[in-house]
Amino acid sequence: MRLSPSGLSVPDPSRRSLLRGAGSAALLAGAGIPLLSACGGSGSSSDPKTVSLGSNASDAVPKKAFAEIYASFKKQSGITVDVNTKDHNTFQEQINSYLQGTPDDVFTWFAGYRMQFFAAKKLATPIDDVWQTIGDNFPDAMKQLSKGEDGKYYFVPLYTYPWAVFYRKSVFQQHGYEIPTTWDALVALCKQMKKDGLVPIAFGDKDAWPAMGTFDQINFRLNGYDFHVELMAGKASWTDAKVKAVFDHWTEILPYHQDGAVGRTWQDAAQTLVSKKAGMYLLGSFVGQQFTNKADLDDLDFFAFPEINPAYGQETVEAPTDGFMLSKAPKNKSAAAKLLEYLGTPEAEAVYLKADSSVVAASSKADTSTYTALQKKAYTMISGAKNLTQFMDRDSRPDFTSTVMQPALQKFVRDPKGIDSQLTSIERQKKTIFASS
Amino acid sequence: MSTDTTTTTPGAAAVPPPGAASDDNKRATQSHRRLLTRRDRITLAVMAGVPTILHVALVWVTALASIALAFTTWDGIGFDSIKWVGLENFKELFTNNPQFWPAVQHNVIWFVVLILLPTPFGLFLAVQLDKRIRFSRVYQTALFLPVVMSLAVIGFVWQLIYNPDTGLINSVIGANKPGHYIDWIGDPNLNLWAILIAASWRHTGYMMILYLAGLKSVDPSLREAAALDGANEWQTFKSVIFPTLRPTNTVVLVVTIIEALRAFDLVFVFNKGAQGTELLSILVTNNIIGESSRIGYGSAIAVVLLVISLAVIIPYLVATFRKERRA
Repeated sequence: MRLSPSGLSVPDPSRRSLLRGAGSAALLAGAGIPLLSACGGSGSSSDPKTVSLGSNASDAVPKKAFAEIYASFKKQSGITVDVNTKDHNTFQEQINSYLQGTPDDVFTWFAGYRMQFFAAKKLATPIDDVWQTIGDNFPDAMKQLSKGEDGKYYFVPLYTYPWAVFYRKSVFQQHGYEIPTTWDALVALCKQMKKDGLVPIAFGDKDAWPAMGTFDQINFRLNGYDFHVELMAGKASWTDAKVKAVFDHWTEILPYHQDGAVGRTWQDAAQTLVSKKAGMYLLGSFVGQQFTNKADLDDLDFFAFPEINPAYGQETVEAPTDGFMLSKAPKNKSAAAKLLEYLGTPEAEAVYLKADSSVVAASSKADTSTYTALQKKAYTMISGAKNLTQFMDRDSRPDFTSTVMQPALQKFVRDPKGIDSQLTSIERQKKTIFASS
Repeated sequence: MSTDTTTTTPGAAAVPPPGAASDDNKRATQSHRRLLTRRDRITLAVMAGVPTILHVALVWVTALASIALAFTTWDGIGFDSIKWVGLENFKELFTNNPQFWPAVQHNVIWFVVLILLPTPFGLFLAVQLDKRIRFSRVYQTALFLPVVMSLAVIGFVWQLIYNPDTGLINSVIGANKPGHYIDWIGDPNLNLWAILIAASWRHTGYMMILYLAGLKSVDPSLREAAALDGANEWQTFKSVIFPTLRPTNTVVLVVTIIEALRAFDLVFVFNKGAQGTELLSILVTNNIIGESSRIGYGSAIAVVLLVISLAVIIPYLVATFRKERRA
């Protein structure tokens, strides 16, 4: 029931998905799972003027935003999009069986390893022809993110958002804090905030994925993008001294994190930033969703995680990207291709962003004039990045991150001293998981 | 089928059994045989057959498939990606999985706590309610309510109580300030016990109803006899009532073992089985459901759970039934 770091949905498991989980466990699972594939599917695809689309956008704001895109697509092309929306978490959990059954023509998904995985399993159709039309709309980093391991395009990105350190302008002004640009400055700032009676870094890791964000930041700042990618791909070793150094750095700032983190949701942690009890919070820009008061939201700002190793500076930005893929055997391929082409245009992105202001457009041609100050800053940060990462659970095998890394990082956050034996254990488990298929 | 029934039924029903008048005993067996018309047999076959097919398909086939999958690796995509790995999954589980042994331990603790605290307490409440005190029905309903509610709902309710920042307990005792946090949900020394309180709260009601039903069936003359013999309340309960509750105790024990082994929903809602609250059922789910899809490995954990269940339940049931047959 792990929520993806997209965080754009309510993290509590829905009752339905929970009961289904319980039911499957009771069945001793295994053979029970593929049967669920019957749940997917669409009946109306024989109609040439209809294309079916499986969506995970179950929350009110994105759901409405997507509906507006499809409406404007219909106006432009005359093709109706038959949307099949599922609960965000349920969609993610069922994705395996959904794609093997009779999936919709087009479906929403994430860039990165998670996209490449299904592409390699031949559960998605390459869309190089679509990219010939929309290619000019995207920067190179986005093009990289949209390709499978075979070099073909499988993905049309729609929007993205950065992970960064969020803070309140008024709090920094009041205490005369400076934006830290180096590791030492960050540690010094933490110490000062603690002295001033603030929680230096808000933190909630109950959902087990936020800690991955902290690891990612320290790792690519300290060891660089290439090592991060190798580590995520299972090639580099977790017992490497470089990984140990990441945890040493983390241990140094861990005392300045909000305590009791494993029992706290990210929403509750964000509330301490809203109430100005915390000084900083490392999270995705969806943290803005917790700022319901306009004045508070205007007071929110962020900076890139400070430099640790001058060789890598702040060149890497973690920017999870959401978009669309074409399923393995679309019933209406030409209409689906038209839809994907439309989704790759700046116009489609503008329609979406009008309704959801917590993210920025993936396209470099999208209209930025309506952006809020926060969106503009996010856009600059992402478009100026040398490398983009997705997030640990999107860049690596989901089975590894959910069954090994999530519990391990929760354990580390509680008890940083046991990290050596933990890293040995992580490496052993990683070898088994990456060795299987 | 309709033609069958119309042709055969009247014949069978209309012809009276030949020996009807002579012998009562004989008549009973004969008419019993005769009354099983083809329609009856078809009905019987359908009524027994459909549940049997469902049972075999949903219980036996899935259980056996799960056992078979435990010796493979499979990502759930296409049957040709199933690979035989022998005992690898179990080796990995027993030696490499940092969550496995804690999970086994927590399942055992779960059982011990349920049998030591809420079960006697449920018995105590049942005995009190059995005395026909005033408003007995009200108490009964109130105490049984947690059993009726979905465990998922119970999980949400208790989460509100234990929330470290805004929860009831920490707010009342002032433990929601930096440096004073009591992390009921995240601290592995606390969270299992915190959840067990919630589980016990529910289990008490369950046990109470079971014992109450058992107590209602105790022959009142036993109490009278005990009273005539001058036994006080405690003596009556200890020497007369409790021994007659033996069948109920069997049910209670089996139910509690099952509850301990299948414990899942509450923990899953509470903190998804974070460190301190790992359970076998949760490990199964985490490995199989969702994108992880380590179906072979998850099945191996499920098989361990199955073996533990069988090892506990079978000897006990065999012993109990043997004793009952002798008696």
